[in-house]
Amino acid sequence: MKDTALNALDATVRRGISYADVRLIETEDRNVSTKNGKIGQASSSVSQGLGIRVLDRGSWGFAATDDLSSGGIEAAAALAVEIAQASALTKKHDVALAPEQKYEVEWTSPIRIDPFSIPVDRNLALLFSIDAELRRNPGVTLAETALVFARNRQIFVSSIGSLIDQTRYTSGAGFTAFSFRDGEIQKRSYPNSFGGQHQLKGYELVDELKLLENAPRIAEEAVALHAAEQCPEDQFDVILDSSQLGLQIHESVGHPIELDRVLGTEANYAGMSFLTLDKLNHLQYGSEMVNVVCDARLEHGPGLGTFAFDDEGVPAQSTDIIRNGLFVGYMTSRETASAVGQKRSNGTMRADGWARIPLIRMTNVSLKPGRQSLDEVFGADHAIYMQTNKSWSIDDKRYNFQFGCEIAWEIRNGKSVRMLKNPSYSGISTEFWNSCVAIAGPEHWILWGTPNCGKGQPEQVMGTGHGASPSRFRNIKIGSAYAG
Amino acid sequence: MPASGGPESALLTRARAREIFHAAASVAQMLGVRDIEAMVGAGTHALTRFANNTIHQNVAERSGYLSVRALVDKRTARASTNRLDAEGIRRVVEEAVTLTRLQTPDPESLPLAAPADVVEPARWFQQTAAMTPTSRAEAVREAIRAVESSSQTAAGIYSTGESALALLNTNGGFVYHAETMAQFSITAMAQDSSGWAKKSSGNAAELTPLDFALIAAKKATDSRAPGEIAPGRYTVVLEPSAVLDLVGQLFGDFSATALRDERSFLTGRLGEKIFGENISIFDDVYHPLQSGTAFDGEGVPRQRVPLVEKGVVRNVLYSRQTAAQLGAKSTGHGSPLPNKYGEAPMNIVIAGSDTSVEEMIATTERGILVTRLWYIREVDPYQKIMTGMTRDGTFLIENGKVARGLKNFRFNQNLIELLSNVEGLSPAVRASGEEAFDMVVPAMKVHDFNFTEVTRF
Repeated sequence: MKDTALNALDATVRRGISYADVRLIETEDRNVSTKNGKIGQASSSVSQGLGIRVLDRGSWGFAATDDLSSGGIEAAAALAVEIAQASALTKKHDVALAPEQKYEVEWTSPIRIDPFSIPVDRNLALLFSIDAELRRNPGVTLAETALVFARNRQIFVSSIGSLIDQTRYTSGAGFTAFSFRDGEIQKRSYPNSFGGQHQLKGYELVDELKLLENAPRIAEEAVALHAAEQCPEDQFDVILDSSQLGLQIHESVGHPIELDRVLGTEANYAGMSFLTLDKLNHLQYGSEMVNVVCDARLEHGPGLGTFAFDDEGVPAQSTDIIRNGLFVGYMTSRETASAVGQKRSNGTMRADGWARIPLIRMTNVSLKPGRQSLDEVFGADHAIYMQTNKSWSIDDKRYNFQFGCEIAWEIRNGKSVRMLKNPSYSGISTEFWNSCVAIAGPEHWILWGTPNCGKGQPEQVMGTGHGASPSRFRNIKIGSAYAG
Repeated sequence: MPASGGPESALLTRARAREIFHAAASVAQMLGVRDIEAMVGAGTHALTRFANNTIHQNVAERSGYLSVRALVDKRTARASTNRLDAEGIRRVVEEAVTLTRLQTPDPESLPLAAPADVVEPARWFQQTAAMTPTSRAEAVREAIRAVESSSQTAAGIYSTGESALALLNTNGGFVYHAETMAQFSITAMAQDSSGWAKKSSGNAAELTPLDFALIAAKKATDSRAPGEIAPGRYTVVLEPSAVLDLVGQLFGDFSATALRDERSFLTGRLGEKIFGENISIFDDVYHPLQSGTAFDGEGVPRQRVPLVEKGVVRNVLYSRQTAAQLGAKSTGHGSPLPNKYGEAPMNIVIAGSDTSVEEMIATTERGILVTRLWYIREVDPYQKIMTGMTRDGTFLIENGKVARGLKNFRFNQNLIELLSNVEGLSPAVRASGEEAFDMVVPAMKVHDFNFTEVTRF
């Protein structure tokens, strides 16, 4: 693979360009799922190809191919340069890149059990056991279970001399119980929606999640929701479980801090950001207890955003985003860092496979644990505790959001007094984070994986990580999803 | 027409598809497996992306794939690869067979589909296939200049591509489809407002980027200094893209599998009149403004299916599997097996009428004109409540005229109610958005649309 990548780099550099990098990627994945006692999906795929990114005449070009013959590589190199030259037809200024060192590194993400060493029939046996456990409850009308595994090896070579050989394993597992009754569909998912939990781990993740043990409770909750009261429309304190808070971080912090959005390059699709450059080091993003980092290092945990190097050859880093409530950092690339006068990219460029260019993507954007005990977080006179995302939406500058959850519990004097169905809450990002009054400690902090983050044209889907512990927010608008 | 005729892409000829399939079938036979089905595909796609009045990302890709499904004693599984040399083919067939043999038999599993003749629409256009980085860049340059001349900033895409797909099985089934697609989208941004327009067509010659740049720029100009009005229920005029992205969220439920799983909002509602008399919806791959293959994931020909007639839900769609299980006939809408979701409409056509958007505005005393909707997600799967935002051109209508731009709203709208409140429909057009695949839909005037919040811009 390395020789092929270097050949592609040579074929590109030979054409007299100012910068080039090549990513040669080999991906293997497996998807196994069940639905109501039958196999839903049993598939595997392999894909190999390379993408050539080139700077010529001050503009970008990119061409990708799965034809790895010398003819295929030459054609891709020529096309990448032709595209860069076409881009230059509208050039306003030359692209400049923040400096970066060259690296020669081999790195493989740590796993205890290679997920591809587990036979598919063993995968199915586990899933059918969970399925049976869910459907043991007669109120469950639909049971779905899933396992996903991927191995991704990438050779990155660049014209500044880097050669980075990086292999990442990711695993995901989860299930959902649906219940239809009297014109109402309710559901509960474990351990999260979006197919469950996803991390940079091997099969050990599946063992850790205690899937089978949690199936009866999840089935029971899905059915019980029918008889629960509708979540009221009002303003109350809201307590979010760590998975919902992870998605809240993703949407109302992670996306707004992408510097490419801020600079307008996603305006036609994903949108822009309310975090204009004047707000850096000035905006009180959250209350003083709110601290958010963007951290791709292994030390942060086995997240979907954990790696050794990003997809333009920049080492994984940890960047403060919100420090004691103050907005202090963006996610950057070599190009955007240079554009705003920063000395170095903080390493967040990631691509969805060999056929896509890297974009600024969340790595692991996490809320640091707080100092409160769980009793203190739940210690409100009155609050609504919401668990597990059901719907999510936010405007294209990331001000106004609305989230729905699968289940909620009314809390009075620190105790859960009743179940509520169809909970939702909404607000403005900065107002929400400034209302944060309690964050549970590190013993309750979980690094969740969001496997389905979309961005870019052509659209790219990326896995991101979000660590959080249960937290309480004061006087939040709830219930408007069902209002009117 | 049968797979021997019709347009052909040089990326994947019929002969090459047969050659790959025969190689796969030979490997399967050596492994003792007679029944396999294969999808062989190839494509090129190029996208010129611009922002801040310059091309900033400009990409092209070419790829091919082979996806093999083996069928052994009512067990089935699938493996895919993009390595199409002999070794790649051998490995993918071995993987498919290995996965299949590890399954438990499914008593409801069917044999491979019988060969069928498909009337294949001509959807491959030389004008699209011939587009180059330079021709796209020149069209983008012209569009940028139009927006710049309004002292605005342009962002958008111009993409062109070509694809071919063959589906073959060891029963002698062979269907083939080749098509091209071009798409142009542009956002024009002024100081405190924006406008947007988008169009797609199989034939790039039918795209007129400059016209769309002018539409987007005018919307940005007309919505400058947006005002704020209280959320609530308003009469809205939804342009076709807004209709597409919102109403498009319904159609995954028009599936026999979704009905059987009781996850569809149509559970208990089939045959009932749940929408207005003026709502009729079809799935029609043969509509001249549609795109895509005229066969499904097993090679079964797609039928034109009336889904809703005068507000009454008439039909859902069937794969071979659900048809056999439920005593119905396949409509040719099955997804590649094995899968969880069964079948889905791919070529929605909502019947239009003769009321223009201008007439809808002229007959509205007070209402809101919506260009585009964004980040639409399901709040309630049975009531079919969807939430989302307006974006890039939201206007107050007063006394039959567009009065001014408005700050954007969040909505929480029941779609059953929406399609019962339609007061007017324009002629249907091929519409493009970002939240649903392209469909043929009209603009709609709808009363009592439910806006629940206002954002900051």
